[in-house]
Amino acid sequence: MNTPSPRTALKDARHESTLFRTRAIAGFLLIVACLSVLAGRFFYLQVNRHDEFIARSDSNRISIRTIVPSRGLIYDRNGVLLADNVAAFRLEVVPEQVPHMDAMLDALGAVVPLGEDDIQRFNALRRTKRPFDSVPLRLKLSEDEIARFSVERWRFPGVDVVPYLTRFYPFGAEFAHVVGYVGRIDINEASRLDADLYSGSTHIGKTGIERSYEAQLHGKPGYEQVEVNADKRVLRSIKREAPTPGSNLYLTIDARLQKVAEEAFAGRAGAAVAIDPRNGEVLAMVSVPNYDPNLFVNGINHIDYNTLLNAEDRPLLNRALSGNFLPGSTVKPYVALAGLELGVRKPEDTIVSTGEFHIPGDSKRAYRDDVRWGHGRVDLREAIAQSVNTYFYGLALEMGIDRFSSMMAKFGFGAPTGIDLVGEGSGVLPSKEWKRGRYNQAWYPGETVIAGIGQGAWVVTPIQLGQAVSVIAARGVRHTPRLLHAVQDGINTEPRPAPMPQPAPNFIRNPANWTAVEEGMIRVVNSPSGTAHGLGAGFPYTIAGKTGTAERFSRTDEEWTSIGTSPIQRHQVLFECFAPADDARIAVVVALEAGRSGAHDAAPIARKILDTWLRFDDPQLAGTPP
Amino acid sequence: MIELGAIEPFLMRLRLRLLRALQRPALDLPLLGALLLLATIGLTTLYSASNLDRHLVFNQGARFVLGGALMLLIARVPPTVLRNWTPWLYVASLMLLIVVEVLGEGRGAHRWLDLRIMRFQPSELVKLTLPMMAAWYLHARELPPRLVALASLALLIGAPALLIAKEPDLGTALLVAASGVFAVFLAGLAWWRIGLALAALGAIAPLAWHFMHEYQRNRLRMFLDPESDPLGNGWHIIQSEIAVGSGGLFGKGWHQGTQSQLEFLPEHTTDFVFAVFSEEWGLIGVLLLLALYIFIVGRGLWIASNARDTYSRLLAGSISMAFFVYVMVNGGMITGLLPVVGVPLPLISYGGTSAVSLFAGFGVLMSIHSHRRLLPR
Repeated sequence: MNTPSPRTALKDARHESTLFRTRAIAGFLLIVACLSVLAGRFFYLQVNRHDEFIARSDSNRISIRTIVPSRGLIYDRNGVLLADNVAAFRLEVVPEQVPHMDAMLDALGAVVPLGEDDIQRFNALRRTKRPFDSVPLRLKLSEDEIARFSVERWRFPGVDVVPYLTRFYPFGAEFAHVVGYVGRIDINEASRLDADLYSGSTHIGKTGIERSYEAQLHGKPGYEQVEVNADKRVLRSIKREAPTPGSNLYLTIDARLQKVAEEAFAGRAGAAVAIDPRNGEVLAMVSVPNYDPNLFVNGINHIDYNTLLNAEDRPLLNRALSGNFLPGSTVKPYVALAGLELGVRKPEDTIVSTGEFHIPGDSKRAYRDDVRWGHGRVDLREAIAQSVNTYFYGLALEMGIDRFSSMMAKFGFGAPTGIDLVGEGSGVLPSKEWKRGRYNQAWYPGETVIAGIGQGAWVVTPIQLGQAVSVIAARGVRHTPRLLHAVQDGINTEPRPAPMPQPAPNFIRNPANWTAVEEGMIRVVNSPSGTAHGLGAGFPYTIAGKTGTAERFSRTDEEWTSIGTSPIQRHQVLFECFAPADDARIAVVVALEAGRSGAHDAAPIARKILDTWLRFDDPQLAGTPP
Repeated sequence: MIELGAIEPFLMRLRLRLLRALQRPALDLPLLGALLLLATIGLTTLYSASNLDRHLVFNQGARFVLGGALMLLIARVPPTVLRNWTPWLYVASLMLLIVVEVLGEGRGAHRWLDLRIMRFQPSELVKLTLPMMAAWYLHARELPPRLVALASLALLIGAPALLIAKEPDLGTALLVAASGVFAVFLAGLAWWRIGLALAALGAIAPLAWHFMHEYQRNRLRMFLDPESDPLGNGWHIIQSEIAVGSGGLFGKGWHQGTQSQLEFLPEHTTDFVFAVFSEEWGLIGVLLLLALYIFIVGRGLWIASNARDTYSRLLAGSISMAFFVYVMVNGGMITGLLPVVGVPLPLISYGGTSAVSLFAGFGVLMSIHSHRRLLPR
């Protein structure tokens, strides 16, 4: 070893020792200085920026989860369940945990069938959410699909089978046009919905009651503050605010009545409405054909949807709500009442029906009766009972279109009734203003003449006609038809009745006028001369009604006998009625798109509805147990 | 094959020495007390940081016991013996570094040597042999060292440091180089030369970028702006700063640190354990811990100052100052003051070989302390 000599070592020792000492002190001071800087940094982070970092530490560990409220149930007026929530399973994906989304969806599609629209919807939806939010991909998995996915699950990180509640309509098609259905929230809806209220919700009411009472049915989501770890796994709940479930709704509909009414149509296209004229409650509302709303809940496929959409008989159309029917003779009681109220006629005034009517000064154009040789001399009651066109031609002409239209509007024609459903049609009530607005043409007297028998441009919806006949049944009081009977806020609370809107003021000035019209309508059913006579046979109450048989094809003199269509489909046929005539508790309107006549096709359906109603309204009178 | 008979007497002697070391420990009690306190803090912190993993704490405790035994053993070896062995130890450790470069294993880096019963990191050995070599070299020279001596020293320090940096293990390379440089500093290197060296270092720093691995560059980028990639490369720094900052003045309490308990903070038992400590004990705890570290470094320098020869002084001094580098680099890293470099917090971070080599270093300090007089008592 290269050891220095002891002399130099001894000589240098003291010097080296002091040199070392100064350096050691310098080094120590350097270290203290450095560590002071470090301590300063700690002070800066832990004192100066403490608030900021405590907030960020909390936002790291605390995650807020939405608890989806369960949707309110829908019952009929007697508590029969019309819309239920049932447990189902769906696939959900946390996009953040999926490295290659497209490849994953391809691979997953081989295990669980994924539709093109499933993927489109998923991709659209996840753009509106945060990357760590779970986004539904495929709803309503079958047991088989769940089993197959479970086996392959390890291949799909971030994909999970999640239980949820889905809507189920136990009656299927029967209530499709009343209750409607819920469907998955689409992109347009997502952008306008309250993000807080709907965070976590996947479905929304699309049609019917489900849509118009969406706000009540949806409920309010709850929130849970949970502590999560870095993998977003929930460790414990910190705070929980329970969701408020949606309110349960009781409809005015009687499911038993609805069932009979629907069956009575035997598949023929048309609509029926039964209303309690005392308050506007809709007891039955049928539109045939219909469709299974359950198809729409978890995403209908394109083929099914196109089939429904393009079907010739248009099952998606709610005929009761927005079907356009030519009212035909069903308007005659309203025209008669208007004439009496305006003082144009007295009930006893008679005319002679010769089978033809001419506008004074115009002998060329003839307006005909249904009976070629005419009805003879008739007063107002008989004109209604026999549906004498010529009586109403003249009456309408004398009233003039302006007075005529404004009186008809009082029965609710030409405007939506305001029933609590979305998508109601308004029909058409012809008037000078309407024609100018629509065609920019002048009004001709001939149009006034045919308006008197419900022909021409006049179009009504069954619900409009139901409201109008209820006005007569209620002696001039017009209630807005409605479907909501009562609302229940929780399972243990008593349902509270839905608020009843104030009826329009009674516009009949002279009750005798009403009595005359009612007598006419009673004769329709009960007099041998009536167009629907015999319909009331065996019914304990007096029925007042009116038939309507409107040409589906425009009729000229030449075409009168040359219409190619078979006579049983030649007309749109209608029947309106109410009972008991003197104290009406039910008003019924039946409209068929094709038929021989109102009395022949529509009236029997109305009678079946009345019979069923009676069984539940007064079993003893009906003679059969309910 | 070595015959068993030849080993038997050696083992007997070793056992005898160990027994004597335990019976009459030649130790500096203040330093020992500080180390025991530090080890206790370390185990307590680890128990919390590992989410009450007894197994992990037991492992670490076993290493402390092993390290402690090694410390007692080395404390019995007179510095003169160490000095005589120094060149051989240095050369042997250098060889091992080369071996590790050729057939070592480890996660993406060649650091480990598998010795069957335990895995071993030769760079840990170098942490001790390099300052020994520098001290040995300077011991024989006139102080302050001249230019020629400095050139030789640069080679002696540079060769192992570069080998370790190439593994790549920048943190250890830094610690190793620092311990050699501290020896030179304590030997009285002229201040103007120090200034010149620092200036030169600053000048070539941009060149270093060129030689860095991509991950090292990313660390540097993230050091400059961690928020530019909060979920990727910046995650460590951001989560660590959140842990430290949310600890506040008094901390969240033992085992209450959400950043580590909920695993937002990565590496929370190893490189980032200081962040756990800061989160749970707050600024007060941090200041007390830093004070304990300063005490240990100061005590080491005091022992160095009282040593009997140049070799002992320089060795004790550079070991003590290198200890500070651990604390500074680790503390700087977890607070975002310095870039991320894998340096453990001494005796608190979980990890085997660094704890053992640290205790070995303190063994040397103890030895120098107990042999400070020319004649033993």
